[in-house]
Amino acid sequence: MQTENQPPLLETSAVAGKPSVRIIAVGNAGDAVLGALNAAEFAGAEFVAINTDAAALAASVAPVKMLLENKLFRGLGSGGDPERGRALAEEQFSTLKSACEGSNVVFILAGLGGGAGSGISPILAKAAHEAGALVLAFVTLPFECEGNRRETQAQTALEQLKAAADGVICLPSQKIFKLIDENSTLVETFRVTGGFLIEGVRGVWSLLKRPGLIQVHFGDLCGLIRDRHAENAFAFVEASGPGRAREVAEKILNHPLLDEGRVLAESDAVLVSLTAGKDLTMAEINRVMEQVKHQCVHAQVIMGAAADAGLMEKLCVTIIAAKSSAPPSQVMPRAESHSLAPAVTQHHREPALSRQRKRGTGTKPVQGQLPLTIISKGRFDKSEPTLHRGEDLDVPTFIRRGIALN
Amino acid sequence: MFDDSNIIAGLEIGTSKICVVVGEQNADGALNIIGLGQSRSNGVRKGEIINPEQVEEDLRHAVFEAEQMADVEIRSVYLGVSGGHIRGFNNRGVHPVVSADREISQDDVEDVVKNAKAINLPAENTIINHVRQHFFVDGQDGVTNPVGMLGARLEVDMHVIHGNANRLQNAVRLVRATSLEVEDVVFNGIAMSLALLTNEQKELGALVIDIGGGTTEYVAYSDGIIRHSGVLAVGGDHISSDLAIGLKVSLTRAHKLKLEHGTALPTEAAKSQTLSLTNELGLELKRVNVGHLQRIMALRLEEIFQLIAQDLESAGLTDYLRAGVFLCGGTSRVPGIVSMAENVFQMNVTPGRTTAISGLTAALDQPEFATGIGLLKYGSLRQRKHLSRPTLVSGIKGVFGKFLPRS
Repeated sequence: MQTENQPPLLETSAVAGKPSVRIIAVGNAGDAVLGALNAAEFAGAEFVAINTDAAALAASVAPVKMLLENKLFRGLGSGGDPERGRALAEEQFSTLKSACEGSNVVFILAGLGGGAGSGISPILAKAAHEAGALVLAFVTLPFECEGNRRETQAQTALEQLKAAADGVICLPSQKIFKLIDENSTLVETFRVTGGFLIEGVRGVWSLLKRPGLIQVHFGDLCGLIRDRHAENAFAFVEASGPGRAREVAEKILNHPLLDEGRVLAESDAVLVSLTAGKDLTMAEINRVMEQVKHQCVHAQVIMGAAADAGLMEKLCVTIIAAKSSAPPSQVMPRAESHSLAPAVTQHHREPALSRQRKRGTGTKPVQGQLPLTIISKGRFDKSEPTLHRGEDLDVPTFIRRGIALN
Repeated sequence: MFDDSNIIAGLEIGTSKICVVVGEQNADGALNIIGLGQSRSNGVRKGEIINPEQVEEDLRHAVFEAEQMADVEIRSVYLGVSGGHIRGFNNRGVHPVVSADREISQDDVEDVVKNAKAINLPAENTIINHVRQHFFVDGQDGVTNPVGMLGARLEVDMHVIHGNANRLQNAVRLVRATSLEVEDVVFNGIAMSLALLTNEQKELGALVIDIGGGTTEYVAYSDGIIRHSGVLAVGGDHISSDLAIGLKVSLTRAHKLKLEHGTALPTEAAKSQTLSLTNELGLELKRVNVGHLQRIMALRLEEIFQLIAQDLESAGLTDYLRAGVFLCGGTSRVPGIVSMAENVFQMNVTPGRTTAISGLTAALDQPEFATGIGLLKYGSLRQRKHLSRPTLVSGIKGVFGKFLPRS
């Protein structure tokens, strides 16, 4: 039913130019991120908060609040157990679905690892999908110090979410840990983590909402992040003034979340969204893109540019890089053993998607190779490396550029 | 009996060779090259000394050879330095003109230059050279000599080249250990541009690239002054090393292959061509594909040029190099390198020729010696300056000389 419903929806949105977006925050972490979003920037979006914890929900800033309650919970929340969260969400599936009705795109904000975020998000994604919306989830993974249990819960939820949503952008908090100095408080740390997530949301938002000079379709984005395992890295940089293109390119290369450009080199799909005032020139786009392309030789690069008069002289660039590091076949079975969600969702997908997915799982297992080749530097092995923008120039050029002889 | 104060020597301790150039300056200041000594360098990697004893021995050889050829004793040298640790940047000094009539005096100029030299460097770094660029008088650009002009605010730009003090000191100490005096330390890039560029070319704007064995230096001129300089610790050695890795041959063999079959422009014909490598008995050891060889070399050379082009682009100089690019250094002998550089830089590229120096030109008109000759030229310019500003002794000589009978 939904499968027939979806294409027209997309088409109308294409005609209107602006799909209606609903931003749904799940759990305490999602709520915190939602609270930090600058609502003015996301004018036109509808905000919804979903939680199992009545007290936390009451403090939420979202105009629409949904409390998932059950007698068992006694108003104390899911108690960090995703099974309970999911059971509850499945129970209230129709409520969730109605919450998603009428929007073309649903953003889910959640922190995985806890009860509500991990349990409800996959079901919510499924519900939103059934309501005819495209679903994009922005989630964080817990810090390593939060313990094994949360880690596994988060991983499981991530897999389920990936199966249910059209795209998942996932930020491992541990990565941010390195960027924060020792003295910063817990609150600050969470704020920074949330901040990075918001940057991702903002980047995608501007892709969808701003009048695009060079359009990126939502489908492109979903195609990019769907089926990619492991994490996405994203970075948001901005600069202004006459040398802004160069500055932006430099900032991208030095961005800590991109490991000084190394992430770009490893990723296999990269989306770049440029937003600037009306004075954005082709030369600037070209300069930024040249740098990015130079970094990611192997990746499929999707680019979008948009103008926003409000930005004045600023040039903002959002980069979302996806890489499939671990072979998904190893992780998938575990996810399925935990839940029936993937199987159920597949049922409701549009035929093209399920075909794609089937093709994905149907391919022959590929013999992976461990990265054990030691890159020789020949006579320069023992000398000080010649580093230039993160590249060791002592390693032969043809090896660094991945050019195969023969 | 013999006064060899007019003997000048330039010494370059390079990665592949150590080279000493001896010149004689006549009374008019014209320079004549009278000797040249060189020896293979074994203790240097990427322009930096890694085995001082070995370098000292090689150095003695080169100096001995030069002394023999020129039939003079070398007492002091101008030492050229390079290495990946060397950086160049532009600094501006400001000085308010305080005199009542607002006329800029020589003192003001000296003060502003002093201000421009006062810069913050990392503790372990020291300044090698500083080159004055243009003066600004009340914001008016391009003033070359502001003395006598009226103004309230005098500024000057300086191009400062600095490097790690200890590494530079290593080279100086080593030279001193061979009982030679070091007159001055010069960045190789400055030296080679002195040897290669005419004043018109500096005025038009030019880029000089010296691709040596272990390092690549480049200096960009425009409006007659140095705008930008830099060092990449990548050179001909890297090509050999790449070939050794890519073709799986020994380093010596790779070096030989580079000299015999190297080119910067891969040809279609070479793709199917193979070379058989033989051992000393003439038995075949291995076959290597010439196409691969050319590819590996071309990629490395292209990368070097691209890195330089990027650096100039970010310095905003690409459009100011109207005289084009000049190449020197041993690696610039690779066939086809000029067209490759033209492709990368999209401007006129010329193999550099040493100009305005007489004597031994046949031996010296080779890209490897540009830096050595440049050091000589630097020395002669320095000494001429000294001559024109009389020292105490020469001053007295000058005053009383008229009364003294000529001997």
